[in-house]
Amino acid sequence: MKILNLAKQAILVPAGIQDADIENIMGRLLTASVDAADIYFQSSHSESWVMEGGIIKEGSHSIEQGVGVRAVSGEKTGFAYSDRIELPVLLEAANNVRAIGRQGQDAQIGLIHAANTVQYYPVANPLKSLGEQQKIDLLRQVDTETRKLDHRIEEVIISLSGVHETILVANQDGTLAADIRPLVRMNVSVIVVENGRREQGSMGGGGRSDYNYFVDLNRGLEYGREAVRQALVNLEAQEAPAGNMTVVLGSGWPGILLHEAIGHGLEGDFNRKGTSAFSGRVGERVASDLCTVVDDGTIAGRRGSLSIDDEGTPTENTVLIENGILKGYMQDKLNARLMGVKSTGNGRRESYASLPMPRMTNTYMLAGQHNPEEIIKSVKKGLYAKNFAGGQVDITSGKFVFSASEAYLIEDGKITRPVKGATLIGNGPDVLTKVSMVGTDLELDSGVGSCGKEGQSVPVGVGQPTLKIDGITVGGTSV
Amino acid sequence: MQNQQEVNRLKDIVQNLLDEAKQQGATAAEAGLSQENGLSVSVRLGDVETIEHHCSQGLGITVYFGQRKGSASTTDLSAESIKETVSAACSIARYTSEDEYAGLPEKALLATEFPDLDTNHPWAIGADEAIALAIECEDAARNYDAEITNSEGASVNTHQGIHVLGNSLGFLHGSLSTRHSLSCSVLAQRGDSMQRDYWYTVSRNANNLEAAVEVGKKAAQRTLRRLEGRSLTTRQCPVLYSAEIASGLLSSFVGAISGGNLYRKSSFLLDAIDTQVFPEFVHIYEQPHLVGALGSSVYDSEGVATHTRDLVTDGILRSYVLSTYSARKLGLQSTGNAGGVRNLTIDPGVLDFDGLLKQLDTGLLVTELMGQGVNILTGDYSRGAAGFWVEKGQIQYPVEEITIAGNLKEMLRNIVSVGNDVDYRGNVRAGSILVERMSIAGQ
Repeated sequence: MKILNLAKQAILVPAGIQDADIENIMGRLLTASVDAADIYFQSSHSESWVMEGGIIKEGSHSIEQGVGVRAVSGEKTGFAYSDRIELPVLLEAANNVRAIGRQGQDAQIGLIHAANTVQYYPVANPLKSLGEQQKIDLLRQVDTETRKLDHRIEEVIISLSGVHETILVANQDGTLAADIRPLVRMNVSVIVVENGRREQGSMGGGGRSDYNYFVDLNRGLEYGREAVRQALVNLEAQEAPAGNMTVVLGSGWPGILLHEAIGHGLEGDFNRKGTSAFSGRVGERVASDLCTVVDDGTIAGRRGSLSIDDEGTPTENTVLIENGILKGYMQDKLNARLMGVKSTGNGRRESYASLPMPRMTNTYMLAGQHNPEEIIKSVKKGLYAKNFAGGQVDITSGKFVFSASEAYLIEDGKITRPVKGATLIGNGPDVLTKVSMVGTDLELDSGVGSCGKEGQSVPVGVGQPTLKIDGITVGGTSV
Repeated sequence: MQNQQEVNRLKDIVQNLLDEAKQQGATAAEAGLSQENGLSVSVRLGDVETIEHHCSQGLGITVYFGQRKGSASTTDLSAESIKETVSAACSIARYTSEDEYAGLPEKALLATEFPDLDTNHPWAIGADEAIALAIECEDAARNYDAEITNSEGASVNTHQGIHVLGNSLGFLHGSLSTRHSLSCSVLAQRGDSMQRDYWYTVSRNANNLEAAVEVGKKAAQRTLRRLEGRSLTTRQCPVLYSAEIASGLLSSFVGAISGGNLYRKSSFLLDAIDTQVFPEFVHIYEQPHLVGALGSSVYDSEGVATHTRDLVTDGILRSYVLSTYSARKLGLQSTGNAGGVRNLTIDPGVLDFDGLLKQLDTGLLVTELMGQGVNILTGDYSRGAAGFWVEKGQIQYPVEEITIAGNLKEMLRNIVSVGNDVDYRGNVRAGSILVERMSIAGQ
């Protein structure tokens, strides 16, 4: 009850909204033909600081709050939202959206406070975890130490940001659930120059934690070191190869492969509509038997983790692919109901101003049997892609891309020289069938991922062990 | 005139914000406020899928204490919240550093005349009517061909926004604008090949939208032509960017001549001013005062007056894209581009699309790009692509699962032709663009 009470204190009490008011509005939403409805309250405080050119250049603070009201009848959804959390506004929104169903009598609803669920992160406000001066000192320390690392460093840009978000969601069965979500992020990017050639490197991380995360284990300084290392590697990079070849992907963030190649294609909405290349393929082989892939929202403190999703459903560790066989999809309530299954706790929304849909949390592949060195050694000629920037997928054709930002040639089982970043393109439903070795070194990313779908951005995580793909197209210039 | 009253009410709020900032000790301040209302409906397989009523607002303020700066924003416009937001910004300014380049624009550069650019045309369309229009659009796509087997639906969107901007130099102005769109996305299937594509139309005036039936038909045609795409072998060849994606090349160019990337020295066009960046026939200009256009505005996001101006003439780079801050960092004057370029246009050539295909002769026509593989610092370019293989000026077959790669510096220099098939839907307007040679990676 603790979180629920804190959330009510933060959102409902200042607005003078009582349990009885929510019961009343929910009753208005639930006419005879409405199958589901929810009221989603959100209050979010965020800040960001930027250090550039050796000075604290920018700081900003932002408060976002509002309420979204939804009614669902069959496959039809009515939705309205407002930045004003006020009873008359809520009533008007309810009247607008209930038009989605047939007119009828208001229902009687009794509010039930949701039982405690497991919390995967602390409730304390991360914005207050360090004093303002301590945040500035942290930025300055990372800046000073990073600049000392190499004489070729020309510019260092560091950003630090935090969000403290409280949500309350009331469902048609009367359940009222709440969550309090911290999220912090730090990023260091550097530009290096040598003989007139300029290159950049960038590293960051974070999670559902507070700013001490960057002080602990000197993580902030570590991001600086890693950004410089990458930038210096890029100074040496030659033209990337072009064509279909064996590719070894590094552990951790290269798991963006899974997010793009199969993750989106396994979201419930696309599969209910039959628009995904994976539609109707549960039980079929979609990967080599070395591959087991899960979507897990329950890992403590991870950027993609949630105690409950934005529909109030506790998140799960959902098996998507087990030993190469497609096991199931990621669901929100609407798509689960229409497909006759249960929500997997993947109903997420960017904010009160957007509708929820099935989204990933932390998507990763379980560890395999091979030593990472052994995997490199097995490749006669190919590419070792260690770090990536973003990716994208066309879920219908199954074609996906992801762009390497740090890569090396493998020649005769040895990593030889760095090559420039290049985009890799493949076909989601068959790329994992070409996975021939999976490393023992499962690693999750450092906490930097954001996923965009239909204009809505949500924080996510990815991960994987080192793995070998026997053939994928690498988009270099060296033909 | 209810709208004008609302603009005045919001202007008062912005003035209050600026006054409050002064009260709290700020030496200068800038504030903005937006309010948007709208309706979106989507239909799928002939029935309603969603009806969304949009209503949002937000304000933001930046304060200066001498050369120190702080910013804050909120969605709550109450008097109490305004005070708190100003305090939050002021409190941040206590911790930021002195920055000799920080500050409001020069007063002489602020817009003083506000001609009506005809950007406000509310669309009196109710949910039922919007649903009927979306269904008409989707039906046209679904009935176009038996191979159109599924749909992601069609949607109608209408939005009206009020934007007010003010600063402590006495600038205070509000404007109303509308934006309406209609889009459709369908799937086609033949054997194992399943494809999806879409088409959309967007305008400030609903009367200028393409007919719903046309949007649906184009969505269907674009989807069908992609069926049974295949990869290519790895090679080098000329590449024709179709008009609807050619604007992306120009956007990368704009990124490289933007002040932020220039003063950070993270551009492949560093010190390129007065040098040959494009071939001699290329002329690129900005038309911020174009009546009724999507990118039109009399002033930029800092209140600096915008002007019709050349960026590239005879292929030579003539001007950068600068805000007040980036201009000061570079020792130059703002070009009225805080918030970006407005109605950027590359002069169309004489050839239409078929003419360009003939000029391409044998090579790749690209109609879709995927991923973010563009490095503005080095110009290195590598993106996923789909399109068509062309031989002797004739489209042969659809192509997918390939990448195209090169370096932007060379790609821009090696533009062979710009078509007259201009896509007017975006803020960057271009016809199809033919690039002499790029690397294709495939099977």
